[in-house]
Amino acid sequence: MCGIAGLIHKGKSSNVGSEMTAMLQALKHRGPDSTGYAVYGEPTAGDYVMRVKVAEREDMDRGRGIVDVLADRIATVEAILEEHEAVVKTKDEATPYALRYVITHSGDTEELARHIEETEGVEVLSMGNGLELIKDLGDAGEVAETYGLNEFNGTHAIGHTRMATESDVDIRSAHPYWAFPYNDVSVVHNGQITNYWIMRRQMERKGHRFMSNCDSELLAVYTADNLANGVELEESLKRSIQEIDGVFTYLVATKDQLGMAKDTMAAKPLVLFESDDLIAMASEEIAIRAILPHEIDTTDPYDEEVRVWQA
Amino acid sequence: MASLSDTELAAMTQEERVKELGLTTEPLFGRSLLIEFNPDEEERFTYPWAPDVFYNKHEEVETDGLTTTELNNKLKEMMEEGVGTITIKNPRGMHSVGVGILNRLKLVIDGSLGYFAVGLIDGPNVHIKGRVGWSCGENMMSGTVVIDKNAGSTFGAAIRGGDLVCKGSVGSRTGIDMKGGTILVGGDTGALSGFMMQRGRMVVCGNAGKNLGDSMYDGTIYVGGEIQSCGVDAVEEELTDLDKAWLTRKLQQYGLMPDKGVDHFTKIVSGKMLWNYDNLEPSEKKLIL
Repeated sequence: MCGIAGLIHKGKSSNVGSEMTAMLQALKHRGPDSTGYAVYGEPTAGDYVMRVKVAEREDMDRGRGIVDVLADRIATVEAILEEHEAVVKTKDEATPYALRYVITHSGDTEELARHIEETEGVEVLSMGNGLELIKDLGDAGEVAETYGLNEFNGTHAIGHTRMATESDVDIRSAHPYWAFPYNDVSVVHNGQITNYWIMRRQMERKGHRFMSNCDSELLAVYTADNLANGVELEESLKRSIQEIDGVFTYLVATKDQLGMAKDTMAAKPLVLFESDDLIAMASEEIAIRAILPHEIDTTDPYDEEVRVWQA
Repeated sequence: MASLSDTELAAMTQEERVKELGLTTEPLFGRSLLIEFNPDEEERFTYPWAPDVFYNKHEEVETDGLTTTELNNKLKEMMEEGVGTITIKNPRGMHSVGVGILNRLKLVIDGSLGYFAVGLIDGPNVHIKGRVGWSCGENMMSGTVVIDKNAGSTFGAAIRGGDLVCKGSVGSRTGIDMKGGTILVGGDTGALSGFMMQRGRMVVCGNAGKNLGDSMYDGTIYVGGEIQSCGVDAVEEELTDLDKAWLTRKLQQYGLMPDKGVDHFTKIVSGKMLWNYDNLEPSEKKLIL
């Protein structure tokens, strides 16, 4: 079933980490398998935040040897950063398998990310000036506490609670997905993509990488492909309704935008609240009411509806 | 009604016949039979086990700290104590509130509800002052539900009786598989509304999305605004004086009467080209003759 949520503050920052946690916790019943966030802080010019996963959580149960394996992988990642002349300003380890680096880098970030992912078991979850992409097994309360998200200030965020239907319960299949290699672009999705394999093969022939067998990843790759061809976010969302089969509602966030698209059958829900300074949306109103407890007016976007909001 | 013979029925005019049978005065069209809800006919809507409730016995319920199950059990306990008017305060979009109420009750929701609000009800009069999520009034049997704001998709799915009213706009697949009753929408409705509709009436004062009435077996849809497109086997039919009289009465009843009246409404019915309509049950053949 899955639950998705998004919020964007217009012209100001707020504690989007705790707000998104409240929204996702209210959607827990739609998907208890994993929870993910794409939160957007104040962009830092010249610095990049890179979130890296060096193992799956289930790998941690495979004996003491995994500690050495992870140490080797992290050393390799840091050697690659050095090789690309990326200066590590800070390094945080919320868990032994998930790391956050703030780096100063003037080179090609796509080349850097691709090189890092040549290391076995390593995936770059996100790269950007403002984006931080966090996902793990468990509900929003657990993930927020583990990764310290309740103190995160920013302008906008999208999030996801997953009920695994098309692929495994693991971090690589959890949402959001980064629209690799586009800095600061992320996607969450609720639905099923029925022409996934056809589209995936098309994208792979163009050189795009897939890190999972989750159909939702296609939307991130598809968005990245459109952006690569100079397509604006709104136009990409519109095209997706015609080119992607299935039932879906999905959200895309960029450095300063948040967009939504709903399939031609309007088979997956989204409830929308709009005010002058805040836009909030979620699979169910109960998530919006988690951050806006007073009575509000909300609407349901219709089939083939596409909207984009600016931070 | 029960003592009428086939010969007596055949001798009547269509209008006399449906009156005698306790049905609507609208000319029957195929299997469009509609038994209207009449709040004065108490016994029809009362189950033997239904508690006696008194409308002037009024209580309020605060939802803080209650789960849906606890809230619905509390409603049940209150009805068993004879409370006939209940106001639920601050529901904050909770799901499945008021589901399965099978007796007379005035239920006021002072706020918005989430999914499956007041589904499977048979008898209560519900007023929701906010909005509702998906599948409000699903499988409703009788009673009235009035929503002041918007509603989500599958509004009134498989409804079998009663009046389900949304004064705002509703999502997609409104009245999907509806088998009776009336759905009234003050605003717009989304795609595939009336999909596989079998009986009953749906009125949309605003616009309707694509594939309206797709694969409908029977029933009637009235649209006051633009219809993006009709679905397979859904066809337009001329609005009769009886249609106009019924629309006027229903829309006035719920304060939804458009300023320009009802003459502009478009009537959509089944073209009946998809299924074999000769296989009616004997009792139904008797009714439509």
